[in-house]
Amino acid sequence: MAIITLDKVRKVYAGGVEAVKGVSIDIADGEFIVLVGPSGCGKSTLLRMVAGLEEISDGEIRIGERVVNRVEPADRDIAMVFQNYALYPHMSVYDNLAYGLRNRGTAKSEIDARVKEAARILEIGDFLDRKPRQLSGGQRQRVAMGRAIVRKPAAFLFDEPLSNLDAKLRVQMRIEIKRLQEALGTTSVYVTHDQLEAMTLAHRLVVLNHGRIEQIGTPLEVYEKPASTFVAGFIGSPAMNIIPVKSKEGRLHLESGEGLDAPDGFGAEKALLGVRPEDLKVDFEGGSSDDALSLSMKVIAVEPVGAESYVHGRMSGVADDVVVRVPAKAEYAAGVSLSLKAPRDRLHIFDAANGQRLNG
Amino acid sequence: MTRLRLLDHIILLVGVLFMVTPVVLAFITSTHDAVTIYRSGLQFTLGDNFLSTYRTVLTEAGGFTKQVDGFVMLKNSLILGLGFSIGKIVISMLAAYAIVYFRFPAASFCFWVIFSTLLLPLEVRILPSYEIVQSLGLVNTYTGLIVPLIASATGTFFFRQFFKSVPEELLEAARIDGAGAWKFFIDILVPLSKTMIAAIFIIMFVYGWNQYLWPTLITSDETFFTLVRGIKQILQVWIGAQIPDYNEAMALAVLAMLPPVIVVVIFQSWFIKGLVESDK
Ligand SMILES: Nc1ncnc2c1ncn2[C@@H]1O[C@H](COP(=O)(O)OP(=O)(O)OP(=O)(O)O)[C@@H](O)[C@H]1O
Ligand SMILES: [Mg+2]
Repeated sequence: MAIITLDKVRKVYAGGVEAVKGVSIDIADGEFIVLVGPSGCGKSTLLRMVAGLEEISDGEIRIGERVVNRVEPADRDIAMVFQNYALYPHMSVYDNLAYGLRNRGTAKSEIDARVKEAARILEIGDFLDRKPRQLSGGQRQRVAMGRAIVRKPAAFLFDEPLSNLDAKLRVQMRIEIKRLQEALGTTSVYVTHDQLEAMTLAHRLVVLNHGRIEQIGTPLEVYEKPASTFVAGFIGSPAMNIIPVKSKEGRLHLESGEGLDAPDGFGAEKALLGVRPEDLKVDFEGGSSDDALSLSMKVIAVEPVGAESYVHGRMSGVADDVVVRVPAKAEYAAGVSLSLKAPRDRLHIFDAANGQRLNG
Repeated sequence: MTRLRLLDHIILLVGVLFMVTPVVLAFITSTHDAVTIYRSGLQFTLGDNFLSTYRTVLTEAGGFTKQVDGFVMLKNSLILGLGFSIGKIVISMLAAYAIVYFRFPAASFCFWVIFSTLLLPLEVRILPSYEIVQSLGLVNTYTGLIVPLIASATGTFFFRQFFKSVPEELLEAARIDGAGAWKFFIDILVPLSKTMIAAIFIIMFVYGWNQYLWPTLITSDETFFTLVRGIKQILQVWIGAQIPDYNEAMALAVLAMLPPVIVVVIFQSWFIKGLVESDK
């Protein structure tokens, strides 16, 4: 168990690529932190720096009280679960779990006890004699987890551990990882590009973009108050609709003429209005009201996903499709014009210049 | 379909006959006495000298100095074959390990230097090699016989390619598990290379076993003679009216073939087993 501190950590690769550009995170003892972001944003690099597999170009990483910049991976008291599991193919499951302990000179009886304990927790006791190739993907995943927990490390590091599994197994393992982490109370850092995985697992999310932190917060904070258009687009599915608005005399105006109050002190000419598909309601009565903004769009297509449907449409002045979440059975013909209402307290306002959030 | 099958089998059978007939003939002929062979050439029916010929070949000292029998030559050949192949495997694995896993200055340059020695087989550098071995006083020693042969660009190249295909995460997992460079090599890489080792061992053992030029040059002492040289020796005794012991030469040739065949049979099944249950 340990706190992990990242202090202005930077990574410049040999070729000059700056993969991580000054990242600071304080991870509390027992916390489950998820690093999330699009491909290439530097999540793996950051995690690998914590693991000691990648040199730290600048800044400092502390695990517990100790600065670990120059400490070998084996001496950092961490365990890592890899995307492709990285099990030793020629060793039995038992030996895979025991290998790290043996290298540390743990007593045989102690190793045996710990391996059996981990096998019991992960329900892999029946396969201890098998080779990894004789296991299914999900079972291999468990063995990889087992290899991490037998060591009783100060922290678990996960690099997209579930992305090689099929959808159903992924959900199941996700729940299991969460349960396991809660039971063991071990500080964990988990990398994923799957926003659903991130939302469901994290105590706190760290949204990364191009090697920088866009936002740190609990899943709900990040969902309710995205700090930028990037976060707004990345967290939540389907993504938040972004509508360009013009600012005039303290008011923001849509192309249709509808308007709302600009945030205090906002002086620029343009802003972006964000509204989530689930906050847009189809408005059958029409007319404007004080607590909701009226919008209209032309339906292009309806995408049923079972429990609900997504209506895609075009709105004048908006480049991308606008998406509205509707109940499953609702049907809308392509080409019809749809009136929409968006509650004013559910609107997000961003600076058009830098994408930063403007309203509280 | 069946006709094609039949044709396939006929082609295969012809191939087998083509390969096996000389060996069978050598064996059959070796069971006759030298005079019969000298008079009427290759024999096609089994003779009755099998036991005596093979006993002579294996246990009776021959050559000019009368110091070396078949068993000694067999032992020498085995030492050469095993030393050659095992030495090559150890050296080339270590070289490939250094090249793939350690960042040292000019690593790829080193690799290409090693690789370019493929252009310089022993036959090309035989005089300087002899000069060095001779000046080290290693003529007529097993060391002098084996060591100059074991540097292997081919082996290094194969192991390098193989090590490069081992997922990097395996090394990282091992590092986190506290395995140092040496432990990773012994505990992980060597077991993973089992099939590669078997394949290279087959090739190198046979290659080493069949060495002729270098042993001829570096060992003048008959107690270091290998089987391959022994065969030649038997055929060279044109003293007076003596005829060469063709039967013994044939027997020796048959004996010389056995160990490589055994090695191939054993390791090939190993090798194929490894290929089939490939684990990654
Ligand atoms: N060894 C390396 N040398 C040079 N550049 C690298 C190296 N490894 C990664 N990069 C670069 O660093 C950036 C971040 O890579 P990283 O692997 O951390 O991304 P990621 O967020 O994990 O992406 P993904 O979701 O695809 O795994 C990328 O632009 C990548 O091209
Ligand atoms: Mg990654």
